[in-house]
Amino acid sequence: MTERSVLHDTFVIERAYPAPASRVFAAFASKEAKDAWGDTGDLSEPGADTGAAEFDFRVGGHERFGFGYQGVSYRYDARYYDILPGQRIVYSYEMHADGVRISGSVATIEFAPAADGAGTTLTWTEQGAFLDGFDGPEASSLRQGGTEEMLEGLAKYLA
Amino acid sequence: MLNDVADLDRVFHALADPGRRLMLERLGRGPASVSELGKPLSMSLAAVVQHVQILEASGLVRTEKVGRTRTCSLNPVALRSAERWISERRTFVERRLDRLGEYLAETADPAVPDDQA
Repeated sequence: MTERSVLHDTFVIERAYPAPASRVFAAFASKEAKDAWGDTGDLSEPGADTGAAEFDFRVGGHERFGFGYQGVSYRYDARYYDILPGQRIVYSYEMHADGVRISGSVATIEFAPAADGAGTTLTWTEQGAFLDGFDGPEASSLRQGGTEEMLEGLAKYLA
Repeated sequence: MLNDVADLDRVFHALADPGRRLMLERLGRGPASVSELGKPLSMSLAAVVQHVQILEASGLVRTEKVGRTRTCSLNPVALRSAERWISERRTFVERRLDRLGEYLAETADPAVPDDQA
């Protein structure tokens, strides 16, 4: 029997790029651009059917795709809520691992001129509800990421 | 490996309750007795004991009986498996943003410097 649980987490990642906000934004706005940089090199074709892919970059539009990672087939399904060219993108997405819904998240990507006037600061804020401790065979493979990084959300319980 | 999955389930179950998270927060400041752990929570001692048992079963907390007092302390090793699990998502975003930086550099138009675009 699946033990039901929800774990909440928020993380914020900031990056500075020596490019104008219009170019950084454009990298998110087309499938061609996103495909060109979105592959982190360790993803593969999903082993199981993950449904049709879609890229509809407009408010209310969906982005859907499947991928394989460490032997697990993932399905990503996002819906865009807010798109301001060169300024911000807000979307929610759900993730399935081998057909099991494992999380629902909201991501906000903000683009701002860098403080020194050259380039763009990108701020990625993601709030997630992680469901049922990834019950099932995918749990162990998800843990093999090997990162020892401490997460603020949980580390504060130890502070 | 099956044991790992069951362990992780117990950690998430233990973390899913606000009262137990408060207890973990308290234990982050140092060991405490069961009654001390229950003090800020408006619940019976029996309920506190139950929560401590769940925390202990998850491995997040260790207890030791000295005389008539049971002392609880934090076992940070167990929490690390839950952290690692969530940090997968964060690491994934970070790797993609690194890739975005490379992509922006590769696709820059040398005829139009970015600071003039």
